[in-house]
Amino acid sequence: MTGNPWQDDRGNKDRSITKSSGAGGSGDPVRHRTMGSGAPRVTDGPFLIGDNMTGGYGSGADILHGCTLAVDPGQIAVIVGPNGAGKSTAMKAVFGMLNVRSGAVRLEGEDITHLTPQDRVAKGMAFVPQTHNIFTSMTVEENLEMGAFLRRDDIGKTIAQVYDLFPILGDKRRQPAGELSGGQRQQVAVGRALMTKPRVLMLDEPTAGVSPIVMDELFDRIIEVARTGISILMVEQNARQALEIADRGYVLVQGSNAFTGTGEELLSNPDVRASFLGG
Amino acid sequence: MDLLNALVVLANFVLIPATSYGAQLALGALGVTLIYGILRFSNFAHGDTMAFGAMVTILFTWLFQGWGISFGPLPTALLALPFGIAGTALLLLGTDRAVYRFYREQKAAPVILVIVSMGVMFIMNGLVRFIIGPDDQQFADGERFIITAREFKTMTGLDEALSIRTSQGITIVTAVIVVAFLFWFLNRTRTGKSMRAYSDNEDLALLSGINPERVVTITWLIVAALATIAGTLYGLDKSFKPFTYFQLLLPIFASAIVGGLGSPVGAIAGGFLIAYSEVMVTYAFRKVLDYLLPWYEPEGLVQLLSTDYKFAVSFSILVIVLLFKPTGLFKGKSV
Amino acid sequence: MSASVRAPLLFAAVAAMFLFTGFTSSWNSALGIFNMGLISAIMALGVNMQWGYAGLFNIGVMGFVALGGLGAVIIGMPPVAEAWAAGGVRILLGLLLALATILGAVFVWKRMKPGRWRGVAITVLLVIGFYAFRAVFDGGVEAVEAVNPAVSGNLGGLGLPVLIGWPVGGLLAAGAAWIVGKTALGLRSDYLAIATLGIAEIIIAVMKNEDWLARGVKNVIGLPRPVPYEVDLQQSTDFLARMQAIGADPVTASSIVVKLLYAALFASVLLLLIWLTQTALKSPWGRMMRAIRDNETAAEAMGKDVTGRHLQVFILGSAICGLAGAMMTTLDGQLTPTGYQPLRFTFLIWVMVIVGGSGNNWGSVLGGFLIWFLWVQVEPMGLMLINLITAGMADGSPLKDHLIESAAHMRLLTMGVVLLLVLRFSPRGLIPER
Repeated sequence: MTGNPWQDDRGNKDRSITKSSGAGGSGDPVRHRTMGSGAPRVTDGPFLIGDNMTGGYGSGADILHGCTLAVDPGQIAVIVGPNGAGKSTAMKAVFGMLNVRSGAVRLEGEDITHLTPQDRVAKGMAFVPQTHNIFTSMTVEENLEMGAFLRRDDIGKTIAQVYDLFPILGDKRRQPAGELSGGQRQQVAVGRALMTKPRVLMLDEPTAGVSPIVMDELFDRIIEVARTGISILMVEQNARQALEIADRGYVLVQGSNAFTGTGEELLSNPDVRASFLGG
Repeated sequence: MDLLNALVVLANFVLIPATSYGAQLALGALGVTLIYGILRFSNFAHGDTMAFGAMVTILFTWLFQGWGISFGPLPTALLALPFGIAGTALLLLGTDRAVYRFYREQKAAPVILVIVSMGVMFIMNGLVRFIIGPDDQQFADGERFIITAREFKTMTGLDEALSIRTSQGITIVTAVIVVAFLFWFLNRTRTGKSMRAYSDNEDLALLSGINPERVVTITWLIVAALATIAGTLYGLDKSFKPFTYFQLLLPIFASAIVGGLGSPVGAIAGGFLIAYSEVMVTYAFRKVLDYLLPWYEPEGLVQLLSTDYKFAVSFSILVIVLLFKPTGLFKGKSV
Repeated sequence: MSASVRAPLLFAAVAAMFLFTGFTSSWNSALGIFNMGLISAIMALGVNMQWGYAGLFNIGVMGFVALGGLGAVIIGMPPVAEAWAAGGVRILLGLLLALATILGAVFVWKRMKPGRWRGVAITVLLVIGFYAFRAVFDGGVEAVEAVNPAVSGNLGGLGLPVLIGWPVGGLLAAGAAWIVGKTALGLRSDYLAIATLGIAEIIIAVMKNEDWLARGVKNVIGLPRPVPYEVDLQQSTDFLARMQAIGADPVTASSIVVKLLYAALFASVLLLLIWLTQTALKSPWGRMMRAIRDNETAAEAMGKDVTGRHLQVFILGSAICGLAGAMMTTLDGQLTPTGYQPLRFTFLIWVMVIVGGSGNNWGSVLGGFLIWFLWVQVEPMGLMLINLITAGMADGSPLKDHLIESAAHMRLLTMGVVLLLVLRFSPRGLIPER
């Protein structure tokens, strides 16, 4: 039972009167609007930084303890770590999906800690959730159109760019996205996020549940995206492969930074190898 | 000749009435299915919303009739329809602001919204009875028939007659226009697509910058139009009585569920399936058989079930479909 | 205010409302409302069991209540011998044929391999069965309904004491609930709400149209009572003497005594049910029900048969509604199928449960009394209000006439407003679960 009496449905799951699929499961902050515009600007420092973040979901216990993540334009930053280390949570904190109680998130030096995720989208950040990241009942092309919902200019060129990046999507543009294979769905998800012409692309385990071949291809595409000058921040289970393409790597343990360095540095660090990369 | 006569009888008593009834059910079910898709609950107040819409339309019809305005051979109610839609839209948006929005902000469980809609149902039901009373109301005018029985007989020389009432013709034509417009809206416009996106995946829709309150407002507007049109057409075709609208809930829900809740195509298919089965199962086929099989002398009226059991028909079809296709005929294609 | 103070206070307030009615208008009407309040409380207990304990959304309460009423009629009314002779056996035979057909179809479904032949076999069986049933059954119905249609035209009942009809009414409702639950709860997704909505309409349709059963829309009247008749009391010298002794008007007194006797009967049933439901709720069974409700997945993982428990609680709750229905028909002394309206017999009961407090038996009882009192009293209160509002208007103005005429519909409006207010400001009800 939750504390909110209106959320108590007494275990009813009667399909003839209620629809459970597709409902928003994220915490309140998604819709919660508090503007924090007059924040001071810090001119130097990384392009995007989640600085010394502490916080958790809603009013629950803290999951992050002074965690710092940063990425510069055209870079790929990868967050790795054991299960339950708060990898996804850390990224969601950067995107404003949980309460950051101390610390700050800055984009180009501007404090965006108190912006809603929607406002961050408008600021040029894009987020690809780990699951439920496409509109399954809509066609591939409609998914891309919805990604560009906030844009008022011609989106035809961006769609063409996405099809160049993921040719298979061009072939299946009229097909409902829900009918695609796992790897293709991930491509749709990334494509949808790219439609806002973001400056930062955040990916939550983009290769979860896809085959190794598809994974390699997805990583290739992500490198390609980074080369266009977009910053990439991603969480990965497949630590070794991810660190191989990473400009910057963060190893999180229990919500705080355990190791930080370039991908190569982490791969050659004996402690990291011993504890997270299986020797 | 006998075959033609049989066909005419069948068309007159089964096909045409069932088609117009099916169109009315489909329009009603579309409203239910849209709310289910976007707001994620079954709206028990929908029957009473239809009654309210029809009532406002009737009041305007009377006003126009009083002013001596008419629509030629067509019923004046068609002229009053836009005003009815506007009135219903105001009511629904007001209800949303005053009642439903709070529960959305609380992220209330869908079943709580169902109970809330019960409360709204009581209020709307009371409101309609309070304003127009619980009795039958007549508001149809204009030509009664497109083709009368006599005209048809002299035209074709058949023994049996086919008559098409204006209300039936209007129902079918209006339904086609409305459905075509709705599908164009949902599949071709940016706003329509954002509604489908919101229904499909609320979180992702938010991440894409779709404004949920705008989606909800537009949904209520569309529902107001659908409910008013369905209610007015039903009233023109049968008659207006608040209680019958409440009873329409069962066949409308059955249509929406049989088709697959949340699927507009399903709602239409479901509406016609329920309507045809209801009319066919409760129709006395004796006359048709007399023409087709003259040598067969059936004892009774060859009626499977008495008309009073039409609820049983909607219900049985519902159960059969759910047993074999638990998500309805058209699943997956949610709004 | 703590819950232990709040509940007794609320009950005292409702009691005060009844006493106020008794002192200001008449004890007769106060008792009349009280008796229906007792019955409403029982119905609310039944619905609370389904919704409050298990989260089952039953919107077919009306059907189960009506079936209970049918139970009272079948047990309480004297049999119509002539009708039995004319076609009773034939009707029973027809029903048996129908049952055999359905059982046969189920048997074929279970025994034959899935495939086209199974479908064909079942279809053929059902079609033949249907025509055989109609052939036997229709003749019987015609014969029975021809017997003295002005007063009977039905088979009548068993002529047993009507009190036996109460549990039988509950059993009938339980049987219907078993069929609905088996079908709707057994589906891959839950479709109970629409199934109950449909079955309730079907039950009412059957009761309206099957004249041989309970005279359909011609109504069954003069159901025997478990308590004495007012007229008999007024002629009993003993009773008259006693009333004289306390100085009461014998006509009013007789009607009050009858109502008090009913109240005693109903109250004992209600108390028994409260005791049973409270014990059940605190027992391991009740704890399991709540565990299932609060976390179905976990309960299932622990090996609990969720669907089975749901079916059980659904049947129990419906049986209680049926029992209440039988009691109501007994109180009315007649069965009028047209009187069963979903707003009154399904949704109003829901208002009682939600307002009282879902999951709390005492809450349901309070809601039953409170909402029933409002339902009855809002009409005169609304009329008073309208009269007050329209006092300034000219007599005979059409608006005034319309408003006064429409005051009767205020009660629906009020119920909606009450429900919404409680949901908004006290979402767990007046007496919350804990």
